[in-house]
Amino acid sequence: MPLSRSFHGRRRTDVDSSRIPPGQYVTNGFPVLSAGPTPHTPLADWTFTIRGAIDKPISWTWEEFRALPSETVTVDIHCVTKWSKLDTSWRGVSLDTLLDDAQTSAKYVLAFSDGGYTTNLPLDDVTGGKAWVAYEYGGEPLVSEHGGPARLLVPHLYFWKSAKWVRGLELRDHDEPGFWEGYGYHNYGDPWKEQRYAGD
Amino acid sequence: MIDLVMETPRTKSIVLEVPDWHGHRAGQHVDVRLTADDGYQAQRSYSIASSPEDTHLVLTVERLENGEVSPYLVDELGTGDELELRGPVGGYFVWEDALGGPLLLIAGGSGVVPFRSMLRHHRAIGSTVPVRLLDSARSLSDLLYRTELMRIGASSEIDICFTLTRAQPEGWRGYARRIDRELVNEVGWPLREHPLVYVCGPTGFVETAASALVALGHQPDRIRTERFGGTGM
Repeated sequence: MPLSRSFHGRRRTDVDSSRIPPGQYVTNGFPVLSAGPTPHTPLADWTFTIRGAIDKPISWTWEEFRALPSETVTVDIHCVTKWSKLDTSWRGVSLDTLLDDAQTSAKYVLAFSDGGYTTNLPLDDVTGGKAWVAYEYGGEPLVSEHGGPARLLVPHLYFWKSAKWVRGLELRDHDEPGFWEGYGYHNYGDPWKEQRYAGD
Repeated sequence: MIDLVMETPRTKSIVLEVPDWHGHRAGQHVDVRLTADDGYQAQRSYSIASSPEDTHLVLTVERLENGEVSPYLVDELGTGDELELRGPVGGYFVWEDALGGPLLLIAGGSGVVPFRSMLRHHRAIGSTVPVRLLDSARSLSDLLYRTELMRIGASSEIDICFTLTRAQPEGWRGYARRIDRELVNEVGWPLREHPLVYVCGPTGFVETAASALVALGHQPDRIRTERFGGTGM
């Protein structure tokens, strides 16, 4: 690799570098990235549905969803566009809670969202206390630019896996690439292995 | 790096000769990685400004105050220096003739960079797809590629409108306000033509433009967006 003559960089001394995956930098802002317009689904029309490889789909209205047991989590998030944000605080429902009653042979899930966005994940990556459907950020209702009313939160993978405007999960026996995974991004997306693009 | 072109006081185009470059599609970007003497690295993504048909790869980079990579690229990089690239990246925010149109491109600030690639590509292949570009900048001196865009806009397939949001020169005949629903409606294509729309710019700009398009009745799946900036470093 070529050295960048006289490049020093703006290294942050105020953050623990062991928390920053390779190729990432820490931001205090919260950038917004999406492939299309921000959808605005009225809460009265909002549902969250688990379907696919399951005997009978399960669905919650907004009110039912908000009545489910929730957790507050503080996690670091890592976007494939290189920014990381530390100690972000969210409240939402653990996917363990949502999948509790789902008897399934599925090994994968495809999350689907308003606006047509999808992303695929192994079922093992969204169970065991690793994933949530979050509706609060920093103690406030999640704003639409950041995926509100509710988004998936899977902080151990690159943030495109944390689908904004999520409306449900399709349980699948076979893996199928989601939106960005079909456009050259990595199928799994582990930031610690820098799995940004297909082939990484 | 074989050449550096000053586009505005804060923005330069970096002309690169890339060995083993396998080409790109108009609208894609590359990752640029800088490495300091001691191994410290920083990387960022930049839109490609050149068309797939151009001889050299061109990146147009705006210097962000408090940025880490852009000030180096704009102020420090010199002719003959090597740059580590990864790409091309991104397969959604691209335009090719087969995608058709009519096309509406809406750019805020340096959001016009991927559209320069698309417009050059459109001209290089002699596409007959009608295109309208709405390009928003703060002032005339902030407008990227002005001369080239005027030239491209002279072709019968392409219309280009500018809006200057902060300062307008005397006798300015373009628009003189921030983008809003009325402006998008005036410049854009009638809905019945089922236009394909690309919006690129800072987050707030893209939110405004995309919301205006949806409110006007454009189908969300015909609107492709790319947002940047506001990382609040």
